[in-house]
Amino acid sequence: MTSNDSTEMAIRLDGVSKSFGKPGLAGAYLAVDNLDLQVAQGQMLALLGKTGCGKSTIFNMIAGLTEPTEGRVTVDGRNPFRDFDAFRGRMAIVFQNDRLLPWRTAIQNVELGLEILEKTSEERRAIAQRWLETLGLRGHENDYPHALSGGMRQRVSIARAFATNANILLCDEPFSALDEMTGRRLRTEFVKLVKENGKTAVFITHSINEALEIGDRIVVLKRPANIAIDIPLTPAASQESKEAIRSQIQHVLAA
Amino acid sequence: MTAAQYQLSDATRFSVSALRRVGTYVLPFVAVAAVWQFASLFFPPFLFPSLVDVFWRFIGIVTDWAQFSDVIATVLRILAGLAGAFVIGALLAVVMAQSRAAHDFLSPVLTLFQGIPALSWVVFAIIWFHGIEPRIFFIMVMTTLPAFSFQILGALQAMSRDLVEMVMSFRPSRIKLFRSMIIPAVLPDILTAWKVNLGNASRVVVVAELVGATGGVGYELLQQQQVFDMAGALAWTLQLVFFVLIVQAILTLIERIAFRYRAVSERSL
Ligand SMILES: Nc1ncnc2c1ncn2[C@@H]1O[C@H](COP(=O)(O)OP(=O)(O)OP(=O)(O)O)[C@@H](O)[C@H]1O
Ligand SMILES: [Mg+2]
Repeated sequence: MTSNDSTEMAIRLDGVSKSFGKPGLAGAYLAVDNLDLQVAQGQMLALLGKTGCGKSTIFNMIAGLTEPTEGRVTVDGRNPFRDFDAFRGRMAIVFQNDRLLPWRTAIQNVELGLEILEKTSEERRAIAQRWLETLGLRGHENDYPHALSGGMRQRVSIARAFATNANILLCDEPFSALDEMTGRRLRTEFVKLVKENGKTAVFITHSINEALEIGDRIVVLKRPANIAIDIPLTPAASQESKEAIRSQIQHVLAA
Repeated sequence: MTAAQYQLSDATRFSVSALRRVGTYVLPFVAVAAVWQFASLFFPPFLFPSLVDVFWRFIGIVTDWAQFSDVIATVLRILAGLAGAFVIGALLAVVMAQSRAAHDFLSPVLTLFQGIPALSWVVFAIIWFHGIEPRIFFIMVMTTLPAFSFQILGALQAMSRDLVEMVMSFRPSRIKLFRSMIIPAVLPDILTAWKVNLGNASRVVVVAELVGATGGVGYELLQQQQVFDMAGALAWTLQLVFFVLIVQAILTLIERIAFRYRAVSERSL
């Protein structure tokens, strides 16, 4: 990779480590270990790895919510932790748990990001309404989170993230709490959204099928987080090559 | 005909349940009053005056502006003191939540304040301040400030980290963070803090009014004591008690409306 490419990279992690607790001291826990990872503009990266291997921690560092213990995280050429406010409206996150504000209705939850972006109230309403409908939540706009099912709450949180129309999407198992049909429909919708608008997306999943279905590239992580394998996928990949990749991933995950 | 009967029995059932609700609310007060009235049968009136006397004295205060303005004065002193303590306490709590150093410095100071009796603040206030109102305001603020600070600090620290991080991920301005996350999250605890401190303040205010106020419930109580008028003392006390009950009821109503979003479990504690 030439140095010119670095500007094309939406997300760059260079030698990133993250440990919880005082490094070197007893009880310190290394969650991410000297990780190098680049995500190109417009790429759809699927991140796979065993539970507890540090995937959500990587997201938090890309989102600028935590600082790496070592190494450098760069998003669009800037440091997401230090230049925190510079990323307003440019990154959206679907968290692993729904994290809805209990004092807001479904539609008010979806409007949160739009409020922060200073959209007018009519604009907010219209955008939020559209997203709730896309996610099959028409009629539940005014329900409080406690009155929604787990899958419905997760869909509200997807709507909340996507409504801001950010260029970089970080999705932590966004479709895991959904039934097969809804999940499939939303995955298709997600791919369309990302591809048509040239967005960059990283999504965490535990499903190899899901990764193969929608990723441009699959990265499988070891524990603590470091790349075990990095597989580019071509849209034209044959069924046999997908099968080969699947067994390769299964092998790594079983290790 | 059967339908009418159903409706009738429905209506009766409703009014019975409403009666029962009012009954459970009133019952404790009735019990206390009954015990008092019973005692009044055996003791001379200057020890346990009849509640009928107390009632008429109470009405006398409410209907006589010269006397009722004393009640108003005390109520305003309570509210002003609480408002002052709340504003300063909230600011201190935010500072303590943000900075470890501020917390380590302020927390012991506030704890120290908590150990100082209300009467000591009265003495300090008399020595330090001139006017009556500044003295009372100072006493009210100093006695309720630590509780407000600690209650609000507790609420800030108990805020869900997940939710704060979620809101932060949208990169809100400071004002937006307060409006959309912090205030709604701590509001229930703020209302509870007001409820608790209201009771404290109404107890402290009469002590504060002993610093030479020429009006207010504390002043009037002192007058009753000098003439050994138990019925009057009770009637004045009840003015404050009713004020506290009314404000508590208003706060409870606000809670009911503002926190409708909360899930109610059908199985209670
Ligand atoms: N705030 C924290 N303090 C201490 N340890 C943490 C913290 N956050 C994460 N960890 C630890 O770091 C490791 C990685 O956590 P992380 O949440 O990133 O895993 P994950 O890959 O997302 O797992 P899962 O697939 O189960 O969601 C875990 O072992 C966890 O115990
Ligand atoms: Mg995770």
